[in-house]
Amino acid sequence: MIEALGVTASIGGRPIIADIDISAPAGEVTAIVGPNGSGKTTLLRTLSGDLRSSGTITINGRDIAGIKPWQAATLRAVLPQATVLSFPYTVREIVRLGLLGGRSGATEGDRANLPDRALARVDLEGFAGRFYQELSGGEQQRVQLARVLCQVWSPVLDGEPRYLLLDEPVSSLDIKHQLIIMNIARDFARQGGGVVAVLHDLNLTAMFADRIAVMRRGRIAALGTPREVLTDALVSDVFDCPLKLDTLPPAGTPFLLPQAAM
Amino acid sequence: MLLVLALVATILFSLGSGASDASAVSFLLDALSPSSEAALSIRDRIIMQDIRLPRIVLGMMIGASLAVAGAVMQGLFRNPLADPGLIGVSAGAGLAAVAVIVLGTTSLAPLVVIFGSFALPFAAFCGGLATTLVLYRISTRQGRTSVATMLLAGIALAAMAMAFTGLLIFVADDRQLRDLTFWSLGSLSGATWQKVGAVAPIMLLALAATPFLARGLNALALGEATANHLGISVQRLKYVAVVAVAAATGASVAVSGGIGFVGIVVPHLLRLLIGPDNRFLLPASALLGASLLLLADAASRTIVAPAELPIGIVTAAAGAPFFLWILLRKCGVLDL
Repeated sequence: MIEALGVTASIGGRPIIADIDISAPAGEVTAIVGPNGSGKTTLLRTLSGDLRSSGTITINGRDIAGIKPWQAATLRAVLPQATVLSFPYTVREIVRLGLLGGRSGATEGDRANLPDRALARVDLEGFAGRFYQELSGGEQQRVQLARVLCQVWSPVLDGEPRYLLLDEPVSSLDIKHQLIIMNIARDFARQGGGVVAVLHDLNLTAMFADRIAVMRRGRIAALGTPREVLTDALVSDVFDCPLKLDTLPPAGTPFLLPQAAM
Repeated sequence: MLLVLALVATILFSLGSGASDASAVSFLLDALSPSSEAALSIRDRIIMQDIRLPRIVLGMMIGASLAVAGAVMQGLFRNPLADPGLIGVSAGAGLAAVAVIVLGTTSLAPLVVIFGSFALPFAAFCGGLATTLVLYRISTRQGRTSVATMLLAGIALAAMAMAFTGLLIFVADDRQLRDLTFWSLGSLSGATWQKVGAVAPIMLLALAATPFLARGLNALALGEATANHLGISVQRLKYVAVVAVAAATGASVAVSGGIGFVGIVVPHLLRLLIGPDNRFLLPASALLGASLLLLADAASRTIVAPAELPIGIVTAAAGAPFFLWILLRKCGVLDL
């Protein structure tokens, strides 16, 4: 369980998130949604220990303020929104960096070709020798996810669940790869790990999240299952835009939901 | 492997070249079997042992230090154009050295009396370290170092050091000006075993820190936050990197003045050849830096023999066009 109690964090003296209480249990996908600038990424950065905050954040009961970077690296892996490189690293070199500090938990036999296996999972088989900088934004995002997967390859290590913290993991992906990535996240949770993901697509959120935290102006506006949280009143209010769920478009206008994938 | 061979070949070539015609082969034969018929004249042996050898050892250490310092800076700042020259470390070391040259007979005389011939290297080293510490203090807030602030502060500090250096040059007399010019262009001509002994421990310590740095610098390529997520203690990494760079640069500037372009050209060339992985890049930079500096020094000794060109002229004259060529070639292929 990742647990935040009374967390407040500021950037440049301005408070971005305040009095956040949130818990993300192992075995579940917890989604953070909300309008732009509501503090979703700041909350994720605080949970991953990048930003100092008041209040306490614990992973599996351990206060993250007191643990060393390499210990934290065994407990959780973090996917940033975008990563820009200034040197011509190959895809394989990037993915292998996931094995740097933590413990993948992979068996001895898996360990050697773990980067290739991770790349295959994000549908980038055969990309290992390419230069990262030559890939498209969506491909780069998947390379980074493969790196993150290497870091916590086994969702449970020594009986302890581990966590994926994902900042908009599917925002630059096409629909096929959105589904592939969200399925990876769900599988990770089903195998005993925990996932916290900042998401923008409410349909994908409704489809894959076990719990949803809705943020508004730096605070948690609602926390619960998709059915509890995604109501006309709440969504209209939080996104400041009158919305009605489950409305079909007028006949003749095509629409496509991720749920439509067969 | 190839780089090791290249270095050995350069050492031999460098031993054999110079104003005197003493040859490397006969020196080696002489060292291996002192009683053989190929024994050297005493004059040649002195040239080899006390002039060329210390010069070669010093040149190798400086070349390795400058190249590694450049590679580490570039990794630290995630910027392929970073160089100790850029963030003011060299300028700070230079200011201290110029101060000793110009004020050595007046206000800094006590320093010169105490340290004797070590005053200049010692001052330059302190200047480099002081610049780095000030820089670190300015750019670190709440235990976190901002690389952007550090880069900008470094440029400002370099400008300040240059201004004070200019002021000192303005008040210098003719003899001092000549010393200054020669020192600032860089030269290995004063190499002695004594100088080697003075800077070797500092440089070797800096070089010894690099295996620890390599892993961390690779992670840092993904950004500070991600490096931390990967399990690297970023604060400690930065601290060790900065001190290592200051030590390597300060020591180099102290004994050789400004030798430009080694720190930028060598890591660049190697990234094209073997890729950016710091575990290979750092040791390879040391080897190639050592080789290149020896070659440049051999050239500086022979082009206008028996006189000598300052080595800084050779590295800049050869390095700058080469650097431009890399930039032109890489344009459009990969972003720097």
